[in-house]
Amino acid sequence: MTNTQHLKTDVLVVGGGTAGTMAAIKAKQANPEAEVLILEKANIRRSGAIAMGMDGVNTAVIPGNSTPEQYVREITIANDGILNQKAVYQTGKLGYEVIQELDSWGVKFQKDTYGNYDLKQVHRVGKYVLPMPEGKDLKKILTRQVKRHKAKVTNRVMATRVMVKDGRARGAVGFDVRNGDFVVIQAKAVVLCTGACGRLGLPDSGYLYGTYENPTNAGDGYSMAYHAGAELTNIECFQINPLIKDYNGPACAYVASPFGAYTANAEGHRFVSCDYWSGQMMLEIWKELNSGKGPIQLKMTHLDEDTISEIESILWANERPSRERFHQSRGENYRTHGVEMHISEIGLCSGHSASGVWVNEKAETTIPGLYAAGDMASVPHNYMIGAFVFGRLAGVAAMEYVRDVAHLEPDADWLAAEKERIYKPLQNPDGIPHTQVEYKLRRIVNDYLQPPKNTHKMDIALNKFVNYHDTLDLMGARDPHELMRCMEVHFIRDCAEMAARASLYRKESRWGLYHYRIDYPEKNNEEWFCHVNLKQENGNMTLFKRPVEPYIVDVNLEEEVYDVKVTSK
Amino acid sequence: MALTNQRVDVPVIVDESKCLEKCHACIEVCPLDVLVKNPETGKAYMKYDECWFCLPCEKECPTNAITVQIPFLLR
Ligand SMILES: Cc1cc2nc3c(=O)[nH]c(=O)nc-3n(C[C@H](O)[C@H](O)[C@H](O)COP(=O)(O)OP(=O)(O)OC[C@H]3O[C@@H](n4cnc5c(N)ncnc54)[C@H](O)[C@@H]3O)c2cc1C
Ligand code: SF4
Ligand code: SF4
Repeated sequence: MTNTQHLKTDVLVVGGGTAGTMAAIKAKQANPEAEVLILEKANIRRSGAIAMGMDGVNTAVIPGNSTPEQYVREITIANDGILNQKAVYQTGKLGYEVIQELDSWGVKFQKDTYGNYDLKQVHRVGKYVLPMPEGKDLKKILTRQVKRHKAKVTNRVMATRVMVKDGRARGAVGFDVRNGDFVVIQAKAVVLCTGACGRLGLPDSGYLYGTYENPTNAGDGYSMAYHAGAELTNIECFQINPLIKDYNGPACAYVASPFGAYTANAEGHRFVSCDYWSGQMMLEIWKELNSGKGPIQLKMTHLDEDTISEIESILWANERPSRERFHQSRGENYRTHGVEMHISEIGLCSGHSASGVWVNEKAETTIPGLYAAGDMASVPHNYMIGAFVFGRLAGVAAMEYVRDVAHLEPDADWLAAEKERIYKPLQNPDGIPHTQVEYKLRRIVNDYLQPPKNTHKMDIALNKFVNYHDTLDLMGARDPHELMRCMEVHFIRDCAEMAARASLYRKESRWGLYHYRIDYPEKNNEEWFCHVNLKQENGNMTLFKRPVEPYIVDVNLEEEVYDVKVTSK
Repeated sequence: MALTNQRVDVPVIVDESKCLEKCHACIEVCPLDVLVKNPETGKAYMKYDECWFCLPCEKECPTNAITVQIPFLLR
């Protein structure tokens, strides 16, 4: 018999990563009397994208270097005009305060000899990259602040669904991934911060967990928000990154290009003018790889010894520190070898591209009492600082919301049905292992959904994803750990279906490689200057156009086209 | 359904002579929750081959008992 744990809180934060820890801290600061609980699948001390810190802030808007208006303009152009500028503006406006607060907690950012933040240019225009050569303990510092602010933490419990009643979020359910307990949490507001859908495509290596994103982030929040009835947006704007070939980290031009490194083809020539990650840049990479001038590389061999050792000291201590042993095991050295780069598996992540649960500038989703922040919320190119900013906004807004609402009793029938759904694989311990069921699903994603996108292939994919429910029913789990992986495969399937439907719906090409359709190769602003949103309606996945919110910063998109192609070779 | 146990080369190696029986540091920090104690020996080992080679386990081990290799398929 499964044990059931009942928990109650005012604000429930699901996912204690970058955005989630900040949401909890800010909610507690807004009202120290109210209860805040973080529910985390792993352990907040070392979970999520920044488990080993970061080597830099990608989107820091620091007075004297850039303004929020300039930042909004740059992201508007990079994201081909499809965005809610008011939301992006928040990252530009509040990022500086977030950095100062993190600094006061002991997070180290690079400063010049005068003690000013030492920003670097990586974007086309403007300096937004702030190095963090000693960033590895970010998560430990955040954990200390969570404790200091007396937010509660329940580690090793995975959420599976948000509870919704009378059209508003009123808690979540999940299970303990170690002892298997069923966990029911009543809350007055829920903040989803579960990160990207990192296990959508399969990396070329075939290793299921060798993904760019932390593989614990399997699209859990995308799926949970969908089942709660919330709108999602820009799902067809995939995340695709330029990574070290075979290794799941960036090469990393953001760190190395300010020192003089650059992305080059096999002949050593530049073919992109800017190393900032965008769909347009990825399209140039894809073309170069298919032109016979690949493989491509991050070129550093021309730099002097001191510079190369400084780059090494940053890259080998933070973010993806296993880079060092990867290069060593292949006998590669930055002094003699370019770092071979390739195109990553596809994923969903607003932190890097634009897909996510629809949120406005207050981190509100379309369901009252349900908030979202970080890589799963729809603010484009939001990266780490954007996750902190929206975590903060969500924490404050949720705390405001709970003032006037009461707890609602969970619906017993709904709970029983969800419990049955979750525990089914445990009834069938000899069922097909989650590894095989997941591998096959993600291979279909690669075969049929990877750009360039083709209608016939996507129709096949969609059909396979819809029918994959039957395959999921065959899965077996022998313990709660395997059950966690099984439930993640359910999330991945949901995301795959959303990705196929949204990609089929937008009949044009946009965002460079992210949504490059062979049969509709041009951008069509007349018909498609809008968001493609989707939501669950009467059990069906419904897609529709949502107009772009009026701009607050003028951008002339006819004149300002994001172009990073280098033609003279 | 017929199941088989196949051999795999796992990324995480624990030097049992250095692993402390009362310690759970690596197990607590792993984001993928793939490390456990062998109930018979009290030593940590990698039970599930689901590793992001992110290194918290190695960094938090008080006795340097852990070595994380790049998974064979990527190496
Ligand atoms: C390799 C890499 C390099 C990057 N480099 C940079 C950089 O240099 N600069 C920069 O600014 N940004 C960078 N980013 C992006 C940045 O790290 C992310 O945008 C940001 O950290 C996302 O925060 P988040 O809170 O959305 O997700 P995370 O911090 O990943 O948090 C998600 C949390 O949710 C938990 N969780 C997931 N599902 C569940 C569930 N069902 N129940 C309970 N808990 C759950 C996870 O365990 C995790 O703790 C990088 C990202 C990666 C992966
Ligand atoms: S490297 Fe990361 S995922 Fe692998 S066992 Fe260690 S902590 Fe876990
Ligand atoms: S952290 Fe080191 S000593 Fe502690 S259990 Fe793990 S391997 Fe053993």
